[in-house]
Amino acid sequence: MDYVLSLLGPLWQGTTVTLKLFFITLALSVPLGLVLALLRISRLRSISTAVNGYIWLMRGTPLMLQMLFIYFALPFVPVVGIKLPDFPAAVVAFALNYAAYFAEIFRAGIQSINKGQYEGARVLGLTYAQTMRRIVLPQVIKRILPPMSNETITLVKDTSLIYVLALNDLLRVARGIVQRDFTTTPFIVAAAFYLIMTLVLTWIFQRMEKRYARYDD
Amino acid sequence: MISARDLHKRFGHVEVLKGVSLDMGKGDVIAVIGPSGSGKSTFLRCLNHLETIDRGRIDIEGETLVDTDAQGHCRYVGDADIRRICRKMGMVFQQFNLFPHMTVLQNVIEAPITVKRLRREQILPTAERLLAKVGLAEKHASYPSQLSGGQKQRVAIARALAMEPDIMLFDEPTSALDPELTGEVLRTMRQLAEEHMTMLVVTHEMNFAREVANRVIFMDQGELIEDAPAGEFFANPCHPRTRAFLQSML
Ligand SMILES: Nc1ncnc2c1ncn2[C@@H]1O[C@H](COP(=O)(O)OP(=O)(O)OP(=O)(O)O)[C@@H](O)[C@H]1O
Ligand SMILES: [Mg+2]
Repeated sequence: MDYVLSLLGPLWQGTTVTLKLFFITLALSVPLGLVLALLRISRLRSISTAVNGYIWLMRGTPLMLQMLFIYFALPFVPVVGIKLPDFPAAVVAFALNYAAYFAEIFRAGIQSINKGQYEGARVLGLTYAQTMRRIVLPQVIKRILPPMSNETITLVKDTSLIYVLALNDLLRVARGIVQRDFTTTPFIVAAAFYLIMTLVLTWIFQRMEKRYARYDD
Repeated sequence: MISARDLHKRFGHVEVLKGVSLDMGKGDVIAVIGPSGSGKSTFLRCLNHLETIDRGRIDIEGETLVDTDAQGHCRYVGDADIRRICRKMGMVFQQFNLFPHMTVLQNVIEAPITVKRLRREQILPTAERLLAKVGLAEKHASYPSQLSGGQKQRVAIARALAMEPDIMLFDEPTSALDPELTGEVLRTMRQLAEEHMTMLVVTHEMNFAREVANRVIFMDQGELIEDAPAGEFFANPCHPRTRAFLQSML
């Protein structure tokens, strides 16, 4: 038991890295995903096609590869080539990757809204931007809560990929201790940490779903 | 109030409006009747720019919304002007199109606040008066999904009226309702007509057309076949197609 308690300090250190990556990724990729979704459904063919290509690229290749590319290969790319430190490189890769997934969720949500809602707003004099902000997006939130819940829970677990950049997240810290002490207990404690994080997320999304259940479509 | 000249509209290869013209004066209540697919909805939707026309001219209260030049190029005014001009017309849809995430009251005050930039306190008395007028004062906190079809449509009417339009367009406002619920909506519309609202109503309710409308127009296959005062229209229809249609409605 004392051994388990002695693990909490270092594992909590790792958890702060995990949480930092999680929150920064979420804060960047949700707005970026929304912009991508709106561009994707825009009538400008070339923009829509470009965004489509971007989404295909980001969903079609492993996140780990994208992270390695941004960290190791990007510095050698002409013009855009910059050398990012390890954590920012991970953040950029995660944000770009998750934005693509969120964009698809938002797009499907927006397109599930009946055309009559746009017309109802239009004949009342609302502009397209006002219609989106006041009428469409608030209804989209309710419909995308289940897939968003899935995706954010996946994000919690995906953060463990940053071990390849030698960043000391929860899982890498646990593995270090396992190798040092020749016991698998740190893995079990780390699993408990992940479970608590996903439990909190699940609870938050359930609360939101309940709040949005006040009306039916 | 509304002047439509020679409106043409096609969807792909189908010509849906083949030169429809209509002049509507202040206080006119015009019923538009005709068989399914004759272009009634399309005509209404062209008037408030839910559809764009291919040729013709539309003026709303003396302002040109769209015109066609000698070369046949159809030109609309700018987007801001389109919105400003079309705001003079309220519209009620067959499918209500209420905003499901908002309460009845929020549905009514949304456009005055967002579009007219009124403060909530400024529009609340009007909203409450309108809801009382359509008989739904006590439902202000309900969501649309908690209402019957007839109640939904009355909210939709109150919502349109909250923008203080000069003209109301109705596209089959009772067609999605159970028969026993049409009466309450028609009563609300009749009351509006008695207050001299200018109304253009696509409807299958012959009694409404007969009793409330002062003019009835009959459309068939994209053409306006007959346009007559209501009494005359039913008593003595000129066109054989009108007569055939009226026969089929009995
Ligand atoms: N968006 C559209 N795209 C293609 N065709 C359309 C569209 N809207 C209407 N049409 C066609 O135009 C014709 C006229 O339709 P419209 O809805 O104006 O008729 P209507 O007189 O209102 O009929 P109803 O009584 O059934 O409502 C129909 O043949 C219809 O299929
Ligand atoms: Mg119709």
